[in-house]
Amino acid sequence: MARITIDDLKEMLVKAGGEGADVPSLDGDAVDKAFADLGYDSLALLEVVGKLELTYDITLEEEATQPGGTPRELLDLVNGMLNAAA
Amino acid sequence: MTATAVVTGLGVAAPNGLGIEDYWRATLDGESGIRRITRFDPAGYPCRFAGEITGFDPAAHIPGRLMPQTDHMTRLALAATGWALGDAGADPAAMDEFGMSVVTANAYGGFEFGHRELEKLWSRGGKHVSAYQSFAWFYAVNTGQISIRHGMRGPSGVLVSEQAGGLDATGQARRHIRKGMPLVVTGGVDGALSPWGWVAYLSGGQLSSGDDPARAYLPFDTAAAGWVPGEGGAILIVEEAAAARARGAAQVYGEVAGYSSGIDPAPDTGRPPALPRVIRQALDDAGLRAADIGVVFADAVGLPALDRAEAEAITEVFGAGAVPVTAPKTMVGRLASGGSALDIATACLALRDQVIPPTVHVTDPAGPAADLDLVRAARQAPLDSALVLARGTGGFTSALVVRRAA
Amino acid sequence: MTDKATAGRLRPASGRRVVITGIGVLAPGGVGTKAFWDTLTSGRTATRTITFFDASPFRSRIAGEVDFDPAAEGLGQQQIRRLDRAAQFAVVATREAVADSGLENVDPYRTGVTVGSAVGATMSLDREYAVVSDGGQSWLVDHNYGSRHLYDWFVPSSFAAEVAREVGAEGPAVVVSAGCTSGLDSVGHAAELIRDGSVDVMITGATDAPISPITVACFDAIKATSPRNDDPEHASRPFDRTRNGFVLGEGCAMFVLEELSHARARGAHVYAEIAGFASRCNAYHMTGLRPDGREMAEAIRAAMDEARMAGEAIDYINAHGSGTKQNDRHETAAVKRVLGDHAYRTPMSSIKSVIGHSLGAVGSIEIAASALAMEHGVVPPTANLHEPDPECDLDYVPLVAREHRTDAVLTVGSGFGGFQSAMVLARPERRPA
Repeated sequence: MARITIDDLKEMLVKAGGEGADVPSLDGDAVDKAFADLGYDSLALLEVVGKLELTYDITLEEEATQPGGTPRELLDLVNGMLNAAA
Repeated sequence: MTATAVVTGLGVAAPNGLGIEDYWRATLDGESGIRRITRFDPAGYPCRFAGEITGFDPAAHIPGRLMPQTDHMTRLALAATGWALGDAGADPAAMDEFGMSVVTANAYGGFEFGHRELEKLWSRGGKHVSAYQSFAWFYAVNTGQISIRHGMRGPSGVLVSEQAGGLDATGQARRHIRKGMPLVVTGGVDGALSPWGWVAYLSGGQLSSGDDPARAYLPFDTAAAGWVPGEGGAILIVEEAAAARARGAAQVYGEVAGYSSGIDPAPDTGRPPALPRVIRQALDDAGLRAADIGVVFADAVGLPALDRAEAEAITEVFGAGAVPVTAPKTMVGRLASGGSALDIATACLALRDQVIPPTVHVTDPAGPAADLDLVRAARQAPLDSALVLARGTGGFTSALVVRRAA
Repeated sequence: MTDKATAGRLRPASGRRVVITGIGVLAPGGVGTKAFWDTLTSGRTATRTITFFDASPFRSRIAGEVDFDPAAEGLGQQQIRRLDRAAQFAVVATREAVADSGLENVDPYRTGVTVGSAVGATMSLDREYAVVSDGGQSWLVDHNYGSRHLYDWFVPSSFAAEVAREVGAEGPAVVVSAGCTSGLDSVGHAAELIRDGSVDVMITGATDAPISPITVACFDAIKATSPRNDDPEHASRPFDRTRNGFVLGEGCAMFVLEELSHARARGAHVYAEIAGFASRCNAYHMTGLRPDGREMAEAIRAAMDEARMAGEAIDYINAHGSGTKQNDRHETAAVKRVLGDHAYRTPMSSIKSVIGHSLGAVGSIEIAASALAMEHGVVPPTANLHEPDPECDLDYVPLVAREHRTDAVLTVGSGFGGFQSAMVLARPERRPA
């Protein structure tokens, strides 16, 4: 059964949102910080969502990916959908 | 009293130099940036030279967040804008957000970015297309990204007129200044050096082929056989003169003193080309006589018929050999709207240092071009005003006069 | 009257005034201005399942398509081959606008052209890419399969060149490409060229024909377009609680603009004066909008100042009304910020509910709708508006066209890149001289 790990998600986030001195790290407690506080806007999240939908063959609602959410919430949401589909 | 629009800052991204001092030294030394393309393998194409910018490290100039969503030419434009603001000593954060505008010209959009997304679409399907495709490729992208990065909320815009765009944007910047805007970021940066862009360039049938980069782009020469595309351009900071003085601008390169544009009639009408009329209108607009112009930056397309028409227009307005003419773009190729913006920046530097940069590689002026005083080595000269000419495919014809600050 | 200092700063010294004397439109629902107006006021909509290509793999499969036969509209075979669909639209609409204005004997040097377009020759480029890359198989695309007209599609300034040749204009010519405000900005730019004395006549407007796989895919990727695929005719639902994105469209509107005395001297019919125009950037986000509508409000205020008109003078607002939640709230807030209580008394409708969102073209199409509303004393409705979003509490003219005397219109636009534009149209005799 397919599952997404935090490292998979981090990789997608870096690809969609860029990396560099100006970009907050995704390590440590960042998984519980709001995307907005990590510098991800709605557009960067849409780029991530597109990648998640494609990779895991799921459809995410718009409300599930607001900048107020956290990486862990997104991770749990995707794994919940994958569990339900299994 | 009409407000005066002055150029106070320059940011240059050119194939022969990044930043004004690198570019200007290379240009005065006659260093060409026209080389065999390295961005992709050009071996299979009939034309293989371009004015390609090498040695630009975008990560050193662009926030990491912007990297996934920007085409190469937008990164160049953002870097050039930062340099131009720095050159002008202008800090947007300290200025009225509605008192700053962005008007750029663009011709091709983010074509390389678009090429990658088209490839995903057609080879793997629509779900593979990036969310950033919705704007990263379009013609308005540079204006949008510049305004966001620097918090500029005044009237902004984007003009497309192929090679003439840099002059048209600067003319529009002057209109904004005259309507009360203190500062306008203008100019243009272009480039489409991906194979898909290259095929589009080739389709016009105007590019130069051959195997010697020093003989590829020879405007006004008997051996002229087409042009060489390049990438890059220039961003200019244009300010209202009193506002620039009041904030203690680092320098005033010159005034945008005159501007005019027109378009050629259809070839089958037998009517004359727009260029002589547009030159005269730009001089009138500046309140200058032909004799007041110290140097003409030619459009210099490198196609015999168009070169002849330009040489005849210059001679018609100025008289044979009466004004120095130069085409430093022989070192960088034709950069679409970036090229005419770069010529304005070059004219500003020429006025600053009282030196005319050279036209390189041209050895044997053809026909009416033999009547031109074509500057083929950097020449010291007293320069009060410079005239910049540009013509875009389709007949777009613009002229702009930069006058040295009093 | 505003005070002298403000008027002096914002108004050109020349006092030259600019009027619309000719209109040409191609929009979903029909070719020509009459068909366009009939569609807007009929209560029908012109959005449908995409027919131009097999859209079944896409999230949103709906568009406002124009039933357009270029040969039947008088284009020659070579012109059809050479011109992208958007350029074909521009030529046909230009012919209608010029005929409508009765303009003859164009003075080449005193006539200019601006054409707005957000995405240029996207349809031709998408199609052509598929050929030279053999369906995306090769990064090193093959020039041997490239059309010789590709360069004109590569650089959309070719649209302005084509229109200039069509009418014999040799004055300033340019394409204005400020994303989805291009259609307003193009006409605003043209009006400025007349006001500052550069020309007396402008052929202006905007065109876009973006309904192709790459466009549909990129809006899918940001979930901006409506996925109401089972009910395409009712998919464009601005200001409705159930809206879920915009519907892509295509089309073109072109105008003849003249300096007022030039129009009067030849006895031309005047639809409206371009009384004021302004644009601002939100400097916020390439695709996002702040809910407070601040920069759009600034653009509206500046356009009203240029027109030297107070908010109470506005009889009708032609909304951007794209049918996205963020736009509807942003725009409603912006209008209230400037017009205050008068906003609640002023009908405001979105024709995108009927024809979809034709990106850079739609601003010009909306100017045409605004001028025709003044002409006919009828305000077009917002179709599909059954359950207004509680946060959108203005009079959006739901479902049915309304007779309403209109002497002044505010039309607004908003687009990717953060562009916000506003234009005021008015009867020339109703404005301070």
